[in-house]
Amino acid sequence: MKNPEEIFEILKAKFNEVIIELISDKPTESFITVAPLEIDKVCLYLRDKEGLNFKSLMNLSGVDDANGEKIKDENDNEIIQGGTLSVFYHLESIDLKHKVTLKVSTDRENPEVASVEEIWRAADWHEREAYDMFGIKFLNHHNLIRILMPYDWEGGYPLRKDYQNPEFYKGMKVPY
Amino acid sequence: MALKTEEMVLNMGPQHPSTHGVLRLELVIEGEIIKNVTPHIGYLHRCFEKHCEVMTYPQIIPYTDRMDYLASMCNEFGYVVAVERLMGIEVPERVEYIRVIMAELQRIASHLVAIGTYGADIGAFTPFLFCFRDREKILNLFEITCGARLLYNYIWIGGVMHDLHPDFIRLTKEFIKEFRPNLKELNDLLTFNQIFIDRTANVGILPAETAINYGITGPNLRASGVNWDLRINDPYSIYDRFDFKIPVGKGENGTVGDCWNRYYMRILEMEESLKIVEQAINQIPDGDVSSAIPKRVKPPAGQIYSRVENPRGELGYFIVSDGSVNPTRIKVRAPSFVNMVVFGELCKGHMVADVVAILGSIDIVLGEIDR
Repeated sequence: MKNPEEIFEILKAKFNEVIIELISDKPTESFITVAPLEIDKVCLYLRDKEGLNFKSLMNLSGVDDANGEKIKDENDNEIIQGGTLSVFYHLESIDLKHKVTLKVSTDRENPEVASVEEIWRAADWHEREAYDMFGIKFLNHHNLIRILMPYDWEGGYPLRKDYQNPEFYKGMKVPY
Repeated sequence: MALKTEEMVLNMGPQHPSTHGVLRLELVIEGEIIKNVTPHIGYLHRCFEKHCEVMTYPQIIPYTDRMDYLASMCNEFGYVVAVERLMGIEVPERVEYIRVIMAELQRIASHLVAIGTYGADIGAFTPFLFCFRDREKILNLFEITCGARLLYNYIWIGGVMHDLHPDFIRLTKEFIKEFRPNLKELNDLLTFNQIFIDRTANVGILPAETAINYGITGPNLRASGVNWDLRINDPYSIYDRFDFKIPVGKGENGTVGDCWNRYYMRILEMEESLKIVEQAINQIPDGDVSSAIPKRVKPPAGQIYSRVENPRGELGYFIVSDGSVNPTRIKVRAPSFVNMVVFGELCKGHMVADVVAILGSIDIVLGEIDR
């Protein structure tokens, strides 16, 4: 059983400090931030390295940090420009009984994160959900399509903080 | 000359009695053999996570009821544990006991539905009626506790809505006394019935390694032979005070991790839950149940991932707070949502009729898949 600090030390021996960073401030559980395009390599290492054995992914969730600049568009709706979207990964080792949280922050205008779907198949639908709700593109995901919203939804990404309800869906007035 | 075969696409659902809700399965079949299965979900999407962002923390509790509508008490329990951890609230002893009793009774009720509908799905209708008869008694217990039979809003942040009914302990004891022989009857009728075993043993085998990689939890994971239960391995509330065992699949009638094993785990778990309820109602202390309920729920800025063992597996709440009265983000890691991913893998190579058997054994609730 290892705590996040020890896990971070092991990671630091393998990866550059530009890629990873440990953040621990109460009451938040400490987590490790990783560069968005390196997350798959870090995850693969965490899964297969002797003594870490993170064989299961508990949860993967997208978050809109809403830390960009808030401006008004032509219809007087508030939209957010710049800033970041984040993805949190909660990993767990069933045999060694330790946990770790990873965080990836990516650019809001062009959110691209390496997919971990091939490492843990559990990530398949979670990543599709994050794509569906936040528009985060998971590179190398084998089937990145919408999951909860209709496949042909064109109204944007609903869980973003500046999401506006579309006026019409397929010619039908919303709300009807 | 070889017989000419052709692949065909068959739609199962969204309106189909054995999909347990509005789920569409796109089956690619060659004759009777399944080549590929694609589940299409989202028909019950109610924007739970978006709703949460404009509500205060206590207002979210009734919405959590409506996710896994067969295990509402457990959903509330998971949510309040997450918020209490974020805020650092200590809960009175009596509240902890009440919560555990409710969660375990709910687990029995939920497993009864799972078992009953599983039997009905594959052609045994009588056990369904037996299960619903017993579940009705549990719903009556909930009714005298909080007035509602299915969607309770009973477990609150820092406490419970109000104290137990004066008759609750007596009625629960009576229920346990009645239920034990009924469980044996159910075993004789369905579990060890040779027709049922032939239909479910060696079907849809899920090896332990695949299960872990796919993030499967709950009875489905334990049926694959992995001893993993959050009540013991990552204890929350007061589960460390009770004496109970974690049933693990042994493959008595086929292979470890087949449909029969997944079904049988639920029977064994009901017995263990009865033990927990029995111990809890004997130990429950007196005291106040509302003293720790905060007037204003305003957690500090931060994020937390907290999870509990639901009847269907690990129910996790990921809460991001910015220090205001509304959460910035709530993500629910619903057990059925994750368990469903492996479904296509399990069905490959089986017959069309086995799809129903495999789907029933995974025991999904569409309310929490789509949220």
